[in-house]
Amino acid sequence: MSFASYLAQRWQHILVLVAQHAEVVAIAVSIATVVGVGLGVAVHGRPLANRLALAATGTVLTIPSFALFGLLIPLVGLGTAPTVTALALYAIFPILRNTITGLESVPASVADAAIGMGLSRTRRLLTVRLPLAWPVVITGIRLATIMVVAIAAIAASVAGPGLGQLIFHGLAHTGGVNALNDTLAGVIGVALLALALDLLFTVLFRLTTSRGIRD
Amino acid sequence: MTDSATTPGTDVMIRLDRVRKCYPGQAVDAVAELSLDIRAGEIVVLLGPSGCGKTTTMRLINRLIEPSSGRIFLDGKDVTAVNPDLLRRRIGYVIQQVGLFPHMTIGDNVGLIPRTLGWDKARTKARVDTLLDLVGLEPARYRDRFPKQLSGGQQQRVGVARALAADPPVMLMDEPFGAIDPVTRERLQDEFLKLQAQIGKTIVIVTHDVAEAVKLGDRIAIFAEGARLAQYDTPERILSEPADEFVSSFLGTGTAVRRLGLRRVGDLRFEPLDGTRPIDDRCVVRADQSVHDALDVMLRTGSEIVTVTDGTGEPIGLLPFTTVLDHHPTDGDDPSRPRERSGH
Ligand SMILES: Nc1ncnc2c1ncn2[C@@H]1O[C@H](COP(=O)(O)OP(=O)(O)OP(=O)(O)O)[C@@H](O)[C@H]1O
Ligand SMILES: [Mg+2]
Repeated sequence: MSFASYLAQRWQHILVLVAQHAEVVAIAVSIATVVGVGLGVAVHGRPLANRLALAATGTVLTIPSFALFGLLIPLVGLGTAPTVTALALYAIFPILRNTITGLESVPASVADAAIGMGLSRTRRLLTVRLPLAWPVVITGIRLATIMVVAIAAIAASVAGPGLGQLIFHGLAHTGGVNALNDTLAGVIGVALLALALDLLFTVLFRLTTSRGIRD
Repeated sequence: MTDSATTPGTDVMIRLDRVRKCYPGQAVDAVAELSLDIRAGEIVVLLGPSGCGKTTTMRLINRLIEPSSGRIFLDGKDVTAVNPDLLRRRIGYVIQQVGLFPHMTIGDNVGLIPRTLGWDKARTKARVDTLLDLVGLEPARYRDRFPKQLSGGQQQRVGVARALAADPPVMLMDEPFGAIDPVTRERLQDEFLKLQAQIGKTIVIVTHDVAEAVKLGDRIAIFAEGARLAQYDTPERILSEPADEFVSSFLGTGTAVRRLGLRRVGDLRFEPLDGTRPIDDRCVVRADQSVHDALDVMLRTGSEIVTVTDGTGEPIGLLPFTTVLDHHPTDGDDPSRPRERSGH
């Protein structure tokens, strides 16, 4: 079967997988954003905690994804749970690192003015420091998203949802009917999804960043 | 809402009582046992060489720096241990580097504290517009701009407007006209004095520029190393009677000329108009200009006599150079003359 007629026949199934793929990525990145930004805010200005947090979350990145998915099976079983857990673990580091960098980039004079005018700690964080750090933070979220879109394909190894299923199925049945088409559809799907999410972030960046700090 | 309804020149608004600050790990005190009273409604300038502790002293007042010992009083109350955020909302602070919030519009920058205090939108907007007007920025034009769309001088003014937002009775200004060219700087200083005539705040200004201190200060506190108070007096007396060698060497030469800037032409006894003399319109000063300005006109035009006019431009008298000389005290203490140093 040609790739074109394969697509014509299976497009609905492929779209469902794309949606599932996007969904686990979205959930994982959302969790990682809450954890990463929260952790970044918590360790900001505490050099030791700062280094510890970066080292711990950075180490996760060195674990091969195949191994991490496998290691999670005894803990959370098969399917969506290990997928989301592993993806979130991978996504924390870029978000945490960019949150720290972003908060550090707030000019001292601006931070000083905020304290000097009597804004409370929480107010300073919400009205001054986070909005100023935001362009860097959202760039971290974007990097994390693109990164885990690719990793999410491996999730099929633990019966996770998404385009990985097509790829794994295709690879497992090499030589079989549609094996190549499955793999190809999966790989192209992942690439297109990554591209689409990247575009989405370009729009989000513009919508959520003040004109005063955009060039 | 707080208002500086206190009688100027009588009540003490800020009192530093044997305040000392030693930064951790430093052998000497940045501020050593400083006691200083600042009266309500007056402008006090902290003047001194670099590193003498001016900024530290100023930041002790709003407790951006906590004193190592001593007490701080604001309007009669000991504020050494109150919640610093609440204290700071009663003290406008203009930091040297302006520090506008780049992600907020000018209007939001100025309106942030009123909003934080729970003012509604309409009241905040009215306040923002009043303040922008006050500092000479047309609200309709500037309210919705971002800081990066303003010149340095304009940002400086927004900084002042922002510090004034909640109508604090006290203002701290750390070299507020620091990074501005001399011409704009002079204009801002003039505007600032006009503004203060309307709002009557208690103001502490840090500078290391003698001319600025003389121009703006009701009183000048001259600091030596460790914020030692070398002299605390009116500009006139500091220029004419420097307390010690340190003060006179810090003031440097030119104090006699600086004093001319403190005196209005109208304060001198000028001579009646003399009908026989045609008025040269280059040789004219207004009565509210300084004697310094009058002398400047004389030097520029080569004329020994200038016509004095009132606010409407109507001539009211003549000011000869000899009158300027006669009115200028030339006591032996004149610091403009080099003093003899005891040799050691
Ligand atoms: N955070 C700090 N830690 C340690 N020492 C400090 C700190 N800030 C200031 N100092 C020291 O305290 C002294 C007074 O500093 P301060 O900033 O008050 O001087 P200043 O009079 O404002 O000087 P300038 O005119 O240069 O601004 C200086 O010797 C300075 O080195
Ligand atoms: Mg300073």
